[in-house]
Amino acid sequence: MTFTSGFGARRRAGIALVGAMALGLTACGGSSSGEGAGKDGVVTLVVNDMPPKTQPLDRKIFEADVKAFEKANPKIDIDPREGQMDPKTFAAKLAGGQLEDVYYVYFTDPAGLIERRQGADITPYMKDIPYLDKIRPEFLDVFKGKDGKVYGLPNGQYSLGLVYNRDLFEKAGLDPDKPPTTWDEVRSAAKKISDLGDGTVGYAEYSKNNQGGWHLTSWIYSMGGDVAVKDGSNGKWQSAVDSDAARNALRMLHDMRWTDDSMGSRQLLEIPDVQKMMGAGKLGMYMAGPDNVPTIVKQFERQYKEYGVGALPGQATLGGGNGFMFNPKATPEKIKAGLKWLQFKYLNPDRTEFNDKRVISNDVPVGLPLDRLYTDDVQAKVDAVHAKYANVPTENFKPFTERNGGLEQKVEPPNAQQIYTVLDGVMQSVLTKKDADIDQLLKDASKKVDALLATVK
Amino acid sequence: MATTDMKTTVRPEGAGAPAASSGRPKEPKPAGTPKAARSHLARRIRENLIAYAFLGAGLVVFAAFSWYPIVRGWLLGFQQVTFAQPAQWVGLDNFRRLFDDPLFVTAWQNTAWFTALALVFGFAAPLATAVVLNEFRSARGYLRMTVYLPVMLPPIVTMLLWRWFYDPGPGLFNSALEALHLPAQQWLESENLAMVSLVLVSTWANMGTTTLIYLAALGGIPGQLYEAAELDGASIRQRLWHVTLPQMRFILMITLLLQVLGTMQVFIEPYILTGGGPNDATVTVLLLLFRYAFVYSDFGLASAMSMVLFVVLGLFSLVYLRLTRSKG
Repeated sequence: MTFTSGFGARRRAGIALVGAMALGLTACGGSSSGEGAGKDGVVTLVVNDMPPKTQPLDRKIFEADVKAFEKANPKIDIDPREGQMDPKTFAAKLAGGQLEDVYYVYFTDPAGLIERRQGADITPYMKDIPYLDKIRPEFLDVFKGKDGKVYGLPNGQYSLGLVYNRDLFEKAGLDPDKPPTTWDEVRSAAKKISDLGDGTVGYAEYSKNNQGGWHLTSWIYSMGGDVAVKDGSNGKWQSAVDSDAARNALRMLHDMRWTDDSMGSRQLLEIPDVQKMMGAGKLGMYMAGPDNVPTIVKQFERQYKEYGVGALPGQATLGGGNGFMFNPKATPEKIKAGLKWLQFKYLNPDRTEFNDKRVISNDVPVGLPLDRLYTDDVQAKVDAVHAKYANVPTENFKPFTERNGGLEQKVEPPNAQQIYTVLDGVMQSVLTKKDADIDQLLKDASKKVDALLATVK
Repeated sequence: MATTDMKTTVRPEGAGAPAASSGRPKEPKPAGTPKAARSHLARRIRENLIAYAFLGAGLVVFAAFSWYPIVRGWLLGFQQVTFAQPAQWVGLDNFRRLFDDPLFVTAWQNTAWFTALALVFGFAAPLATAVVLNEFRSARGYLRMTVYLPVMLPPIVTMLLWRWFYDPGPGLFNSALEALHLPAQQWLESENLAMVSLVLVSTWANMGTTTLIYLAALGGIPGQLYEAAELDGASIRQRLWHVTLPQMRFILMITLLLQVLGTMQVFIEPYILTGGGPNDATVTVLLLLFRYAFVYSDFGLASAMSMVLFVVLGLFSLVYLRLTRSKG
């Protein structure tokens, strides 16, 4: 009898378990986007970019902003999620209906996302939102499709410059207030810094996971060249990689690596490696935007006064940044609510003073030469507020602000990631092979880039 | 009794009639009649309900998370997908683009080279280690744990550890070479050496499991075979060659197959340590597949590549099993 009742209990438990598993499976198919406003007219808007709990201050500020926005817009309910655009999970989230209504992207993403129609057209809903007409057109262009429609908004921007260690400059007998403005000066400064010894590297460069290709593009831009150009006659893209500008860039890198030995022997580096070298005080200079400085200061417990930023030598630089796009399935109500949220939280010159005031007491940097998104009239007002509350030594960034404005700010080529893969190989060859044949490398790369550009519609 | 049952149950309309069984004594019915068979079956199902439920749940989970993705993956190989628009059928276009990619051939060459090197290092090393460990009479547990320890490390930790070993500046290997007055090496930065370096990491990280399997197999070889060989005057080498290896033949064949299937799918080593460089020297099939899917968001191309990989590995397994079976 005991056996029977025990058996029955076991059976019940077993069936319950199986049922629970089946329920679990069906629960996997939940969807976040698609429906418009609820019965009571409240629009629930799923957004990302909420800082993780490991950044308590940023999280607190974000949550306070959500509350303030919901109070001002009672018909909008913000459902915030952590994280930003990750190409590894993006397609799965989109396919599974889990993509946020408003999602964070880097400037590298929109071109591909728009081409694959993975973002919603927001053009018709922009006109009533304040300040959107004050965004500098070159940054709005990043979010424009070939159809001329707008698919997203920028909220952060940087130009690649030269981040350097002021202490090492001084030790090497260089003037930390006058960073190099030509590549020849970079080369000689790198040599002097690496001559300090003890594993000190003068200049470091990325050459892994497409980051080498990304930086080589910037090198080529700065030397006056291009990676891809549009043929005026037929409107087709073609490679411009096999050029004197690229040759000069690679020759300079080759000489620093092999003749001067000022780039260290460890190569195949990527962003975290180089930031670690800078944070450890073992690196003189590297190519980066001013946004790298707070990362290094925070991660390696350094001080802002230890670092300076100069503009990129040469004639042009590669710009980058971040912004937001909208779920392709988002309803007009959601897009309108999303635009209101973005303007309130991220594109709000009226709140600059409020924002600066609430962060300066918490060691959040104010005064970095970043995010200059607005047209001159509005930007001047924003700059004036930042200057008032600046808590970083702004004079250390003067070499950047003074020269960067005069540089041509260029964007990435079409099919950027694929082209960067090709240029990654070129960068690797020059940095790892003393006898690298630069002419041949560029010839081969140009052929590959042409093949990639042939697929651009 | 049996006759009556026969009579009642041969009537078609009587099938399953509850009245037929009412009032009957509860003694077990003789098997063999359709009705008895039915109730026997019902009882078996009732008794094994949990088993069937678990089997069913297992099948559902398998179907949802294994079979469906496999079928979907195959379909994706013939489609262009954005997940925002309905998928477009593109025929063999993805395969055409795949074969046109200059890195396709490079990736297969590199993968074959990795697999070959992994066989040289990775097949011999655990066998030799197992044979040596098997000879120890003391500290066996300690030695086995030491050999198995790297398997327990998360792969990312292993890779970062080895990246420091390979650092051309202050790295462990070059420091050791320097102490021996030997020239420093560009372990990961040299096109010739990078793949060998990856194989060394992979072997170190994975040989623990194979070593344990070999140790178990060695333990199963009857001691009298060795005694007989010793009586016949066989040397250590002869005993290894004529007793140990033939006795382990089956295990060796299986591990060889598994190792080839595993090493052809090498990913994490090049992904973390070299990113496929220098100059594409360590771009493997899976690394290229990863780039297609998660860097270029070209899932059609990635699925086409995975189908090619599936076919190659399937063919290899088939040929291998056929060859080894005929020899057996």
